[in-house]
Amino acid sequence: MLRDDVIEYSLDVHHSEEAGRKIRTKILKVTVLLTAITAIEVLLGVYIKQGTLLWPFVKWTFIALTLLKAGYIVLIFMHLGDERKSLKYIILVPYFLFMLYLIFIAFMEALAVGEAWATYGG
Amino acid sequence: MAGQATKEIDGATLWGGKVSPFSTSYGKLMMWFFLVSDAITFGGLLVAYGFVRQDAQDAWPIGEETFNSLPFLGHGYPLVYVALMTFILIVSSVTMVLAVEAGHRMDKKGVTKWMIATIIGGFFFVGSQAWEWYHFIHGSEFGKIELADGSQAIVSGHFGEIENFVVTEAGHHNKKGDVIKEDLMHTFQHAAVAGHIENGIIELHDGSKAKITKKADEHLTLIIKKAGKEFKLNERIKDSKAAKEYYEALYSGTANRVIYGANLEQNEYGPQQYGQFFFFITGFHGFHVFSGVMINIIILIGVILGTYHKRGHYEMVEKTGLYWHFVDLVWVFVFTFFYLV
Repeated sequence: MLRDDVIEYSLDVHHSEEAGRKIRTKILKVTVLLTAITAIEVLLGVYIKQGTLLWPFVKWTFIALTLLKAGYIVLIFMHLGDERKSLKYIILVPYFLFMLYLIFIAFMEALAVGEAWATYGG
Repeated sequence: MAGQATKEIDGATLWGGKVSPFSTSYGKLMMWFFLVSDAITFGGLLVAYGFVRQDAQDAWPIGEETFNSLPFLGHGYPLVYVALMTFILIVSSVTMVLAVEAGHRMDKKGVTKWMIATIIGGFFFVGSQAWEWYHFIHGSEFGKIELADGSQAIVSGHFGEIENFVVTEAGHHNKKGDVIKEDLMHTFQHAAVAGHIENGIIELHDGSKAKITKKADEHLTLIIKKAGKEFKLNERIKDSKAAKEYYEALYSGTANRVIYGANLEQNEYGPQQYGQFFFFITGFHGFHVFSGVMINIIILIGVILGTYHKRGHYEMVEKTGLYWHFVDLVWVFVFTFFYLV
């Protein structure tokens, strides 16, 4: 009997020798890049002190570099970049919306609580 | 990558039923959903950390001052160790992606090799974190000190070794003139916390009193973390003045002037919450790494037994790989928000 409750999909789990070589080159490139970014972050952290004029700039550089690293890990290493668009956005969009909202609300609240501490004391 | 994911399929077919609209297997999709929920957990923890830090009334610790030690080499290497840990985790992520790639070519030997490399990297990372925790809990040789004017300072520099205690007043065990050479640092720190050191004379457990013989400290610098009557926040006090202020406070004979290391109630690095968040977030991440290593080992056994080869594909390796990369991903954020910013 023909079943109509079985979902069909073909696994994206095989590739040729040649495709493999290309993928390995890509992996190597990303490795070098991630290592370089980490090295830059550490050097910035060691040589530019907190509280100096450059610090706010360095802080945002750290955050930007972190997001860049995260992007490479998720899109290349976790192969999310190779998945179908619908899957990619169903993972990324809700997460980003939620996190941006959480960050916004938490820092707004922190500012208010900080002000309360400053006004009324501990 | 050639496969369903990149193939053009018209919407009517994709969403018409009987076919996965995402062109992935059930297991892989569920792994992604799990990772999103786990990412929300870690995101929530880091946001909570940011909240508390934003609100903290005392100075928050600075990464390169707190984490500046290397195994066997001592202090003076800011951030080098965490950078090394980060590098180890990135490399083990790379070996994992190579294992997945080898799996796509049905190269059983390759998968085995790269899985073993990944597991070794994972163990290295967990070991490193254990060392880091040990160091964090144990603390520095100077600790955080409350100075005479009520300000609090952390100390950088090289602690001059304690050579011995010479007993000047007999107690239950020690006789006058005895020279004690064992367990010096431990005894010293305990007595300092309890306020049992006055003017260079230490009161030992058995009630005897002894004179401390200690080499001079080098490059002593006090960094003020909480302002007092005399010193301002972030002020640096150097050399002889630093030594005078530090030892006046340490040898004052009053209890709890100094904090060594960290626990859940207090730590020498900064506010109480800093220690709590350090333990919770790095601990929770470390637990993830540990579970990841265990899962990798289980999958490696499957690879060696040929389970996946017989199945015709190595998708299980890919799914574990997703988890392992996620652990690396979380560390990238922990590294930034705990150690750098």
